[in-house]
Amino acid sequence: MLLKLKINGEARELAVEPYRSLLDVLRNEAGLTGTKKGCDVGDCGACTVIVDGKPVNSCLMLGVEAQGCEVLTIEGLRHPLQESFIRHGGAQCGFCTPGMIMMAKALLDENPRPSEEEVRFAISGNICRCTGYTKIVEAILHVSHRNER
Amino acid sequence: MRRFEYFEPATLGEATQLLSGGGHVLAGGTDLLVEMKEQLRRVDRVVNIKKIPGIAGLTYDEREGLRIGALVTARQVELSSIVKEKYSGLVQAVRELGSIQVRNRATIVGNVCRASPSADTLPPLIADAAVAEIHAASGTRKVLLEEFFTGPGKTVLGADELMTAIVLPLPAPRTGKVYIKHGRRKAMELATVGVAVSITLNAEVRVVLGAVAPTPIRARKAEEVLQGRKLNEELIEKAAQAAADESRPISNVRASAGYRRDMVRVLTRRALEQAMRCC
Repeated sequence: MLLKLKINGEARELAVEPYRSLLDVLRNEAGLTGTKKGCDVGDCGACTVIVDGKPVNSCLMLGVEAQGCEVLTIEGLRHPLQESFIRHGGAQCGFCTPGMIMMAKALLDENPRPSEEEVRFAISGNICRCTGYTKIVEAILHVSHRNER
Repeated sequence: MRRFEYFEPATLGEATQLLSGGGHVLAGGTDLLVEMKEQLRRVDRVVNIKKIPGIAGLTYDEREGLRIGALVTARQVELSSIVKEKYSGLVQAVRELGSIQVRNRATIVGNVCRASPSADTLPPLIADAAVAEIHAASGTRKVLLEEFFTGPGKTVLGADELMTAIVLPLPAPRTGKVYIKHGRRKAMELATVGVAVSITLNAEVRVVLGAVAPTPIRARKAEEVLQGRKLNEELIEKAAQAAADESRPISNVRASAGYRRDMVRVLTRRALEQAMRCC
């Protein structure tokens, strides 16, 4: 099938089989490997991307379901969160980071000043096996505090 | 994923025709894709129902109550202020379903049709006296949700039928609704036990148990203890014990049957106490 969609603001046309996930389409057809494949069954959140403004697991969506959609991946994001993750040590191995940042961006779009509890609730579908989450939560809260000005 | 044929029917009629020929419904896809990837289900034909008009609405009015169309996501229900106000048990359950990413895709109707005994939305929907609307080529029918489930993953839905909506009647004034889930951790967890209650002051009481029988069940004996009575501590304790006696849990990787039964008692008591304060 011919899949027409916008990825990171750019109109793309990709020939995809209906049995490919959006994650595989992004990584293998569009060449955007910033979005990670962890569990591939919706448990880890590493593949989180934003489709039409909503964070989703790209592994749980068929590529063809993104027909006509706007998809935002880590490659298309320029956001204070990225700087904040670096400054606060919110990444160690880095595998969860793209998904974590996309989810955090979606949270801040909806709620610019979340509490710590709201941050933890929002990222509960993103697994990190290195950091223990503390520094990730601090990095997100730092951006949210800047929003208070 | 194995190769499959993919369809996007434009009408209910086309959809049910495709389903009767052995198609699998794709709505949210958060169960279907996992089952295909893990080869738990052999799927040759996927029928994406998202292009069908008229099944996407989440609406509320004072006559019908709440209508949840087949394409309404768990996240839409979670964020709806009217659901929060009138059907608080359902919102408590939906917040426990997967992650925000999953809830942005997963549909309530899909959660119902998957018929997992531990599904979080089922006990509150049954406590809310939900009715399923089902479409087939031969016409439409309505089924009380508590009569919809026949076993784990099994329902009365025919191969050529499609559930188009769930309707929750208007709650009576002074009704308290609560869902409590018990799991080993706070998020991304399947229920070990789930208890939903709906109490209308000095009138109807419904107690529904999840994850402790092959389907969600109403704890009828517990309800009888409380029906039409002014609730007090002693009656609540008696009802909680009755609910535990009625449950038929199994032992598995998440908990033993004995532990589950005892948790039914504890959570039923807790849910009744909380719901009573909301009436």
